[in-house]
Amino acid sequence: MDTPYTIPAPVQSPAPIAARAAARIRRSFRQIRTENVFKNVLVITGLLLVILVLGILLTLIVQSLPSIRLLGLRFLWGKTWNPVKDVYGAFPFLVGTLLSSFLALAISIPFSISIAIFLGEYHPRGWFSNLLKNAVELIAAVPSVIYGFWALAVLVPMVRSFEKSIGVQQPLGVGIFSSSLILAVMIIPYAASLGRSMIQMVPSPLKEAAYGLGATRWEVIRSVVLPYTRSGLFAGILLSLGRALGETMAVTMVIGNTSILPKNIFAPGNTMASVIANEFTEADKTVYLSALIELGLALFLVTVVINIAGKKIIDRFTHE
Amino acid sequence: MRTIKGSLHAALLLAVLSLVSCNTGPETVSLIGAGSSFDNPLFSKMFYEYYRSRGLKVNYQSIGSGGGISQLINRTIDFGASDVPMNAEQDSLSGAAVLHLPVTASAVVLSYNLPEVTEPLRLTSEVLAGMFLGRITRWDDTGIAACNPGIHLPAVPVVIAHRSDGSGTSNIFTTYLARVSEPWKTIVGRGSSVNWPAGLGGKGNEGVAGLIRQTHGAIGYIELAFAMQNKMACAKIRNRAGHFITPDIASITAAANIPIPADSKISLADTQAADGYPIAAFSWVLFYKEQHYQHHSAERAAAMVKLLSWMIHEGQRYSGALYYADLSPAAVSTGDAILRSVTYDGQPVSFNQK
Repeated sequence: MDTPYTIPAPVQSPAPIAARAAARIRRSFRQIRTENVFKNVLVITGLLLVILVLGILLTLIVQSLPSIRLLGLRFLWGKTWNPVKDVYGAFPFLVGTLLSSFLALAISIPFSISIAIFLGEYHPRGWFSNLLKNAVELIAAVPSVIYGFWALAVLVPMVRSFEKSIGVQQPLGVGIFSSSLILAVMIIPYAASLGRSMIQMVPSPLKEAAYGLGATRWEVIRSVVLPYTRSGLFAGILLSLGRALGETMAVTMVIGNTSILPKNIFAPGNTMASVIANEFTEADKTVYLSALIELGLALFLVTVVINIAGKKIIDRFTHE
Repeated sequence: MRTIKGSLHAALLLAVLSLVSCNTGPETVSLIGAGSSFDNPLFSKMFYEYYRSRGLKVNYQSIGSGGGISQLINRTIDFGASDVPMNAEQDSLSGAAVLHLPVTASAVVLSYNLPEVTEPLRLTSEVLAGMFLGRITRWDDTGIAACNPGIHLPAVPVVIAHRSDGSGTSNIFTTYLARVSEPWKTIVGRGSSVNWPAGLGGKGNEGVAGLIRQTHGAIGYIELAFAMQNKMACAKIRNRAGHFITPDIASITAAANIPIPADSKISLADTQAADGYPIAAFSWVLFYKEQHYQHHSAERAAAMVKLLSWMIHEGQRYSGALYYADLSPAAVSTGDAILRSVTYDGQPVSFNQK
């Protein structure tokens, strides 16, 4: 038996090898180029954002110079806002902004944390969870003017009868309390969604170990889940606070818009954002316009300060 | 790859060309105006009718009186419209004489929520100032009772509703109060936004109307047209002649039938006309006296003057149906004189006044 004849494998000629190598090199170069382009795009977008923020800050500072020159630090502590006499004191609006935002935050935290725990730990799946999840997302998608209308038509009369029943001196319905309530509803989704995804990321071995030691569900949440997700929950709360500080339309519709310093949480007041929105279009003097822009600068700085303070608190939490 | 790039370039070129070609068509004059949102419904109707009969397009942007004035100062529009005459700072910024032509008149009415009171409430200037200063705090106050003999007023607190946004309406109302009340003049003054001593702010006419509707015992000021369209209760206000006047189109036109100065910058507040409603004001169209500035053509100037003349004559017939007051004869003749004083390169702008 003679061995069958096998056709020898074709020996590659040197020319195609060189072509392939060249093609590979071209591809590598292309890959490197794509890589570089991608990296540059990332850097440029990042830089653009930084430039944009700095640019806004710079514009605000430059445009508010006339008012800063005229009023100095009195702007922040003055209690009178009188465009007719060119006296601009932002203190009542500063108080109104901080009071309504922090009150809204205090009202919303129990709800947002509960929703986060319910969706993240108790019932991550199921029709009710889906419904709740979608409802929470829908809350964030509704335009704020609709909240304003709803608050004016439904919430304000309810608040008015509540104020009557607890014996408030002048039960108006509109005021800081009403605006805090509507703000609280509007900011729930931010803390709730972030909290939910944080809670879902808690490693199960940790939880299982706790259950293995005989811990109840409540005990697991209290001593494993919450400590593990503390910084994430706090970041979500910070995000909602930022939203509350800057909200304009819904607030201006129910806060009562008075420049008088609020005496209590049921009194009407005003926030910095809503004063700007209300008075900007008809500000007919340079100093007036400049004072409104300085109000924007102050709001910008308040947000920055609160954010930095929040970051510090998160750092402390995570390094403990 | 190369072909994609090529076609992209071609598309870009095409886009640029088509943009350019938009601007190189035969030039038809269309005028641009901006300003008062109060004037907008009337202007829309007038400009539509003018376009139908004369074929001239007018593009009016309702951005608010302040915005209209600043665009006029920047010379980006042919005319502005404002419910408030220009102030000294704006005058100096404009750098040239700006004419004010009265085109319509408006009024501010006092609306209230007192379901117990079926007769129209009667108010005097002292009572109004007292309430808005926060000095009269209850409806059963003796001052209010004295104006309304025979009407039983409930013992509820007065809740003031005012505009929270800067507006010509606030300016008309505070101008009136500053004229009739010395304390108001010194404590608050007049302006598009003032430091309100009392009450709640609502955004826009609808915001104030909402506060009034919701609050028992509330009183606030709103524009006449808005109050009439929404059938809100309006108070009769005592004028200088001592009559209590119901706000309506006739009583506003009457308020403007007084001697009007040549520049027409007159407030109708506290009018001396015996049958005039006291809280009224003109709304003005603003434009430069010398129309040759920058690239402004003589053609545009003539078209604008023609349009404005039409507005104060034939155009007035559209005002009643929209709840605007007709110009008084005195205002129309002052307006004619103002239009005759418009110049282009120092020469009067010709228009056949018909």
